[in-house]
Amino acid sequence: MLMRITVTLLMAALLVFGLVSWADYDFWLMGPSPSHYTWWWPEEMSTLGQHADNLFWLIMVMVTVMFVITMGALTYSIWKFSAKRQDKAVFSHGSHKLELLWTAIPAAMLLVIAFSQMSTFAAMQFDSSMEDENGEELPVLCEIWASQFDWRFRYPGRDGRFGTNDDFESAYELVIPMRDREPDHDKKKNIFLLRSRDVLHSFFVPHLRFKRDAVPGMTQRIWLGVDDEQLAEIMADREDKSFDIICAELCGWGHYKMSGRVRVLPDAEYEKWVDEMTALQFGNS
Amino acid sequence: MSDPNASSIRPGMGEPGTTRTSHEHHELGFIRKYIFSVDHKVIGIQFMLLGLVFFVLGGLFAMAIRYQLAWPWESMPVIGDLLFPNTGQAITPEFYTMLFTMHGTIMIFFVIIPLLTGAFGNFLIPLMIGAPDMAFPKLNMYGFWAMIPAVGCVFMSFLQPGGGPGAGWTAYPPLSTIASASPGSLSAQTWWLLALTWVGFSSMMGAVNYVTTIVKMRAPGLTMFRMPLTVWALLIAALLQLFALPVLTAASMMQISDRVFQSGFFTPTNLVINQINPEGAGAAAGGQPLLWQHLFWFYSHPAVYIMVVPAMGLASDILSVHARKPVFGYKPMVYSMCSIAGLGFIVWGHHMFASGMNPALGMTFMVATMMIALPSAIKVFNWLGTLWGSRIQLTTPMLFTLGFIAMFIIGGLSGIWMAATPVDIYIHDTYIIVAHFHYIVFGGSVFALFGAIYHWYPKMFGRVMNETLGKIHFVGTFIFTNGVFYMMHQLGMAGLMRRTADPYDYESYAHLQPLNVFITISAFCLFVWQIFFVWNFFHSMFWGKRVGRNPWNACSLEWEAPSPPGHGNFDSPLRVYRGPYEYADPSVEEDFLAQTRDIESK
Repeated sequence: MLMRITVTLLMAALLVFGLVSWADYDFWLMGPSPSHYTWWWPEEMSTLGQHADNLFWLIMVMVTVMFVITMGALTYSIWKFSAKRQDKAVFSHGSHKLELLWTAIPAAMLLVIAFSQMSTFAAMQFDSSMEDENGEELPVLCEIWASQFDWRFRYPGRDGRFGTNDDFESAYELVIPMRDREPDHDKKKNIFLLRSRDVLHSFFVPHLRFKRDAVPGMTQRIWLGVDDEQLAEIMADREDKSFDIICAELCGWGHYKMSGRVRVLPDAEYEKWVDEMTALQFGNS
Repeated sequence: MSDPNASSIRPGMGEPGTTRTSHEHHELGFIRKYIFSVDHKVIGIQFMLLGLVFFVLGGLFAMAIRYQLAWPWESMPVIGDLLFPNTGQAITPEFYTMLFTMHGTIMIFFVIIPLLTGAFGNFLIPLMIGAPDMAFPKLNMYGFWAMIPAVGCVFMSFLQPGGGPGAGWTAYPPLSTIASASPGSLSAQTWWLLALTWVGFSSMMGAVNYVTTIVKMRAPGLTMFRMPLTVWALLIAALLQLFALPVLTAASMMQISDRVFQSGFFTPTNLVINQINPEGAGAAAGGQPLLWQHLFWFYSHPAVYIMVVPAMGLASDILSVHARKPVFGYKPMVYSMCSIAGLGFIVWGHHMFASGMNPALGMTFMVATMMIALPSAIKVFNWLGTLWGSRIQLTTPMLFTLGFIAMFIIGGLSGIWMAATPVDIYIHDTYIIVAHFHYIVFGGSVFALFGAIYHWYPKMFGRVMNETLGKIHFVGTFIFTNGVFYMMHQLGMAGLMRRTADPYDYESYAHLQPLNVFITISAFCLFVWQIFFVWNFFHSMFWGKRVGRNPWNACSLEWEAPSPPGHGNFDSPLRVYRGPYEYADPSVEEDFLAQTRDIESK
């Protein structure tokens, strides 16, 4: 009897624990968070991140339903069928109908998830090769270079071309324009080339919900777009106007300290920053 | 043991190994009997002891990892002087990379796979199908002894300059191929690759044996669809190994070749490491790092199923015995394991959604991955169907199996987020992944293994393990396992990356330390709690309660043999009349109807 109560309680606790932790994350913090960061993901500020977050919640709903059904059935059966009885168990080898039912329903759910994500994934992965109205490739904002154990960002400078003498490099900090002059929400894209000098690294910005490995020997065209409304909301109560860049692929002993920051500036301020960097470049030479 | 007469069980199977072990009655010496044994039961127990010893080592590595994550760079009390005399009693970053690399390697290649396929595969297959031994007993012995060079290579890799490999258990090049990229990539990485190759030899010899034995040596009347699900699971795992392992072996050889002969399979041109062009990389090169990832995951994704499908089989058997009810949906169980195996070969790319692989390929892998969740769901429903209307006996093996189902539900459901590519981009390589696969491999496979050890222990040693200690072991293990791994979901949601030695310098992670301290304390408790198991395991071997052939009143064939079974396993010829799960059959008085019992001619 003791064991019967114990196991049932353990399973029930796991069920409740699972629900509480997913449903209400503030619960764990027992009060307001000391920083902007909780035990949940940070605020989202990219044009696409919202789609990913929505997909996350869609899956959450489905998974919660399945979790409650399966864990609930497990907990209930453990309590109900572990009672001491003299008669035999139900002599059954299965049920064709039930098998069909619990094959078809999860299959349908999985297909819904599979298809509902395709457009977001395609937008994330393919739109970097997008062309403008005239069929020209969109200009590259900067090259992201990863190496053990730092991030360097090479900008083409005023002429917009790499390999000329007005190129400049920013270490540690990636500065990107908000593209607030661009009225079309879907066109607020900044194109980057992601490259590595030595081993594998991974460019991860939690706030942008973006992660991609930097592979030596490969140049990858990626794009990031900042949603300026979301950003304004986040910025409102923040002192520090920049966000973490984290290396997300093991790159050696110093992997843990391969950090960077990304700062998003309104277009006018971005232009000013480019001017400053250019002046610095020629001032030094 | 008076007249084992194995060949009368299966006329025509007069191949040397079986006839010798069963007919001749001479006593073997200690060395032939326990060390260089060709008896599948002894080999199984050898694998088990090897696996359990390495389990302790891998566990210690995990404890060190947890210490570092809770209190980074702080000197270790008491043992710090002994372990790290030159670095202020603290773990160094290089040492930390070695720790998680070897924790993964040891747990996968030296604990889970040897325990599931090596220990239980060897011990159970001949007994469950009514065969006197494996089809190739000597090959079986070589299979175990191939693990010894593997162990040697692992220890050699620790002794190399640099102190052990540090490129992760996935060994992604160029970090793993270029010596100047990481201290672990000096000579240690080569020894690591050799160790993996030897483990591969061992698994290969085992797999050939299992498939042959299961196909050719079943007792009369034991059709494929009368086999216990454990045998099915082990057959499927063996087939996975047969198809996937050659790829890993080839990939290891290619990486060794890159490292030793400066070939350029995986090393691209014009690398600059620490401001210099590394030796070798300039010479050949032209390689592609993604090639390794494809080859590696082509093996290692099926390996994930090698690590869980046998556990599913063991759990199904234990569940049915202790629920006193037939397995619900036997054939759907078999078919779902088969489809897991089949689909398992076309989902490896889901490890590479963020790798820079062609995104169109990512889409196909995503759909395949979604589909592989289906057979796992079907299995869960069938386990629940088995429990429904049953008469659950809350014995220790049953408790661990119920724990297995609960953990598998959590681990299985969290996998769905990972399959959804846009979400996976964020959670890829975070602690959500760590939580997910530990729920499957620790909460799932290890719980099933504990259940299996408690369940088949009487058959191995003729004595049962202590039930009270077993129950204490279960309750603590269940609580602390969730304490450790459940909270890792939270870390992962906050974006914490795995393999990060000291995360708290990042603004995003600074607030996560208290959570990590909690996890670490849970992990220490979990580790210490296993004392109940270790004591129980060794104490019961000599002083446990003696039991007869069938202490659990189970139906399957292994319980017809004496406990422990002698050479040749069975002392009378077997004939099988029905499937392995005929519990609660109303046509007999008892609540079980053994596979061999003939009720018609009575």
